[in-house]
Amino acid sequence: MPIMSYIQAITTALKEEMQRDNKVFVLGEDVGRKGGVFRATEGLYDEFGEYRVLDTPLAESAIAGVGIGAAMYGMRPVAEMQFADFIMPAVNQIISEAAKIRYRSNNDWNAPITIRAPYGGGVHGALYHSQSVESVFANQPGLKIVMPSTPYDVKGLLKASIRDNDPVLFFEHKRAYRLLKGEVPDDDYVLPIGKADIKRNGTDITVITYGLCIHFAMQAAEKLTEEGIDVHILDLRTVYPLDQEAIIEAAKKTGKVLLITEDNKEGSIIGEVSAIIAENCLFDLDAPVQRLAGPDIPSMPYAPTTEKFFMVNPDKVEKAMRELAEY
Amino acid sequence: MAEKINMPQLGESVTEGTISSWLVKEGEHVQKYDPIAEVMTDKVNAEVPSSFTGTIKELVAQEGETIAVGDLMCYIETGNEADNKSSDTNTQKGAENTYVKEKTQSDNQNKSMKKRYSPAVLKLSQEHNIDLSQVDGTGRGGRITRKDIEKIISTGDIPKENKRTDADKALSKPAQAPSIPLTQQGDIEIPVKGVRKVIAENMVMSTTEIPHAWMTVEVDVTDLAVYRNEIKNQFKQKEGFNLTFFAFFVKAVSQALKEYPQLNSMWAGDKIIQKKDIHLSIAVAKGEELFVPVIKHADEKSIKGIAKDISELAMKARSNKLTSEDMQDGTFTVNNTGSFGSIHSMGIINHPQAAILQIESIVKRPVIINDMFAARDMVNLSLSLDHRVLDGLICGKFLARVKEILENMNKQTLSIY
Repeated sequence: MPIMSYIQAITTALKEEMQRDNKVFVLGEDVGRKGGVFRATEGLYDEFGEYRVLDTPLAESAIAGVGIGAAMYGMRPVAEMQFADFIMPAVNQIISEAAKIRYRSNNDWNAPITIRAPYGGGVHGALYHSQSVESVFANQPGLKIVMPSTPYDVKGLLKASIRDNDPVLFFEHKRAYRLLKGEVPDDDYVLPIGKADIKRNGTDITVITYGLCIHFAMQAAEKLTEEGIDVHILDLRTVYPLDQEAIIEAAKKTGKVLLITEDNKEGSIIGEVSAIIAENCLFDLDAPVQRLAGPDIPSMPYAPTTEKFFMVNPDKVEKAMRELAEY
Repeated sequence: MAEKINMPQLGESVTEGTISSWLVKEGEHVQKYDPIAEVMTDKVNAEVPSSFTGTIKELVAQEGETIAVGDLMCYIETGNEADNKSSDTNTQKGAENTYVKEKTQSDNQNKSMKKRYSPAVLKLSQEHNIDLSQVDGTGRGGRITRKDIEKIISTGDIPKENKRTDADKALSKPAQAPSIPLTQQGDIEIPVKGVRKVIAENMVMSTTEIPHAWMTVEVDVTDLAVYRNEIKNQFKQKEGFNLTFFAFFVKAVSQALKEYPQLNSMWAGDKIIQKKDIHLSIAVAKGEELFVPVIKHADEKSIKGIAKDISELAMKARSNKLTSEDMQDGTFTVNNTGSFGSIHSMGIINHPQAAILQIESIVKRPVIINDMFAARDMVNLSLSLDHRVLDGLICGKFLARVKEILENMNKQTLSIY
């Protein structure tokens, strides 16, 4: 099985889907001839041509709006926001149009668009290249938000997103692009959207997180094995709507739950996860549900020291895990 | 370093306080201003706050002990070591060593979480009938974790609640009532604390520990009544306090106790201690409170001396001036239930004494003497006895003797001085 980086898995999924279904096309800033600023669409322009790999003007509302329109007419667009931070001008298109069209038209219309966007910090990207934006969209029924943590999940979930008949936001951690490598099968597989995945089995504490933080949690869990602390890790994979069943099962497994996100703490995805646990798991809980998250500061700063302060990292995760295990 | 916590000044004129209960244990971590003890003074019942944040090192004063304002109550270990700790953790290198150090430190010293049960622990312990008080927790602050319980369940070695083996513990602290009645609208909730709490605890201890038995005799005190009525006004004028019937009864009881010392004794587990001195406790009610001051060496005192003691102790009780010394060392209790009009009652023995005698109301009643009716002043004496210490035979003899003494008290045989 080939070893692939996270971003190679994205390119592979796009390419395979475009080969499989000629309704699939990509659009975004610099996605064509340049192959994307992160090279996620590298080679697609050459293989599929300018009509299926569209370089767009610097106008996110247009990228989303054109994509949504095309999707409603039966195409399967994959729109790229160069950075998740830049999705804001497109929010009205995504929330008011894409999320609601099926409901609003009583099933006459739907918008099978996938919007990809690199999110996350720890790359010295400063304020507008480091944000996590998932919580902006995470209370919009009609939308799905997928945030994969491994190359294997990337390929299976991006394919599933493209094939999904409703709008999917696909957030890729930009630091994971070349940091994470893993085995990715050649075959055409899809992973179910809306299903969380157990990334590690353990009996002492349960960590529930998503995206790059899964990687931090796995590293910290390895270290804590030496101290006899056995960590259970659940990868949400889809952060909206949440896989309640898996969350409840994972929380009940150990009764001690640590939730992690690199987003600002208040109002983040893990707050909702915590509420699900509170509603369903009271008599299995052995400790207060803990949250490790970014501080409630407008955005990730540029200076390495302050960025380090903001960003979740394996040391912080390890400390939080140990504290919970000892509780 | 260890700091001292001293008895605070709880009110302007207060000079001493009795520790009614410690709210912390040795080794427990407390925050500054956390209550550490309940203290009863003759003015107030109050909680004493901790003057420092730290770990209780040694409880110097015992529960029930009265100590002067400014005297040492306990030692507390304050967090100078905390400074070292935090500087260690600041450096990320070597954090693991610090962690081990901290962990053992907190494990040894801090048991504050021992009785904080998580929902999971409570649920599992109830499902499997596990007595949590017997489980050692491995969590922070001695907390019992879900894993601790799961381990117990998987090994099958389940500590069940066992009242017999734990008898001492069960007795020193009254068991919680199985169901607590709900307050309904209009009901008044009165918090149980201070003297009420002490009374409640003592009563539970007495009734749970002591196997009570009861016996009542009827005594004809007509002659005594005649005599006392004759002299009481003159006595009051001369001495300045009342010559009550109760003083005569106390005198008779102490005299009989001298002859039957078996009743002047205490149960002490593997032995019975027969007391040499006769110190009679008498119950004095004051509002919501009940005090049991002691007439020391009652057998050595005249009726006047006893009457004076009774008068003084009652006065002290009413004006909140009883000292714990006034209430110590009783060997037998005489309870003047007759003052409430009671003609029969079953007293609860004043732990650790072996018996209590209820002096009931003197009532004029028709009695047959020499086959003729006569109007006589009759009184019932009801004895509660600790059946571990005493049996019916000896108590019957004792009561017969008290009866005999009382029935022969008259102007000719008796001097009140």
